[in-house]
Amino acid sequence: METIVKHRIKQVIKGDQNAYGEIVEVYKDKVFQLCYRMLGNRHEAEDIAQEAFIRAYININSFNQNLKFSTWLYRIATNLCIDRIRKKKPDYFLDAEVPGTEGLTMYSQVPSETPLPEDEVESLELQDTIQKEISKLPDKYRSVIVLKYIEELSLNEISEILDLPLGTVKTRIHRGREALRQQLRHV
Amino acid sequence: MKCPEQLIDYMHEYLDDEITEEHEKILREHLQSCTDCQEYFRELNKAIALVQSTSHIHAPDDFTSKVMAGLPKEKKRTGVQRWFRSHPLLTAASLFLALMAGSILTTWNEDHQFSVSKQPNLIVENDTVIVPEGEVVKGDVVVRNGKVKIEGEVQGNVTVINGEKYMASAGNVTGEITEVNEVFEWIWYHIKKTVKNTANLFDHDEKEQSFQ
Repeated sequence: METIVKHRIKQVIKGDQNAYGEIVEVYKDKVFQLCYRMLGNRHEAEDIAQEAFIRAYININSFNQNLKFSTWLYRIATNLCIDRIRKKKPDYFLDAEVPGTEGLTMYSQVPSETPLPEDEVESLELQDTIQKEISKLPDKYRSVIVLKYIEELSLNEISEILDLPLGTVKTRIHRGREALRQQLRHV
Repeated sequence: MKCPEQLIDYMHEYLDDEITEEHEKILREHLQSCTDCQEYFRELNKAIALVQSTSHIHAPDDFTSKVMAGLPKEKKRTGVQRWFRSHPLLTAASLFLALMAGSILTTWNEDHQFSVSKQPNLIVENDTVIVPEGEVVKGDVVVRNGKVKIEGEVQGNVTVINGEKYMASAGNVTGEITEVNEVFEWIWYHIKKTVKNTANLFDHDEKEQSFQ
């Protein structure tokens, strides 16, 4: 797979835009999934995943062809996701007034902690719950957890993607797991 | 928790597949005796299993086309270059044909004047070239846009381009007689001549080499 992709990248560098379509086909699901789990929203995920592919195309000349293309692409996508998460944070201040209402704040939108009796966990709801809990993780833990457990990448690859020392990646994974353990123990 | 803190580190080492045998042994023995730690370890594993259980989602169907539409336009030149690059043989062949046809047609168009190869004993009357009776013409005779009457002997080829050839019964041509009247025949003749010249050139070279 990597050799075909490398060949296509050479064609893209020479200016053949069509060859890029095949590269997008190979990685679109993985990149989309990464963005979805990072952002928790299909619409935003599609937006950012497309942006990642376009950025990769524009900067293809700065890609070191001795490295794995996926590593480079995931790095672009992860960075874009983290940027997006940081930018949208102000939207989620809980004491902000909900637009179009009087005196109603975001607090009223948060469900109460006690589960309702009809909340028998069904498969789809469980998926939603897990996604919500992933979304609650601080972005530095979220990215390592998603890369490790959803994209199933090795610690070494994650350290390359995030451009962090291996030790830092390990610490973040441990903290991320701790946080998830707390959040998901009663699911 | 009253248990030593490094046990939780061991759990993480285990989950990262990086635990040493020694640590694994300590962890196993401790887990058998401590329900608190058992529960903690179970919760960690459960959290991982839940995260991994999230179903794999796929990108929307029109994802690739949307990306391609969002790319900056490639330079027009690149499109043409790509075509040439992917069809090198066609490119070379069409280039060759275009140049050949151009040069041959130019020669054809310029050649509407009467002309004849120079041999001292050829007689020219208006646009008719006569090889007189009893005379021997040495070398090839080429007549363009004119007639040729052969009454004597030609030691060589006779070529009539865009003209007519009359052969008297006494006439004799040792080489080939060729009449060219149409553009395509003319082209064919031209190519044959080029090839022959090239071949002669090689023959010549070989002879020269053999003398050395």
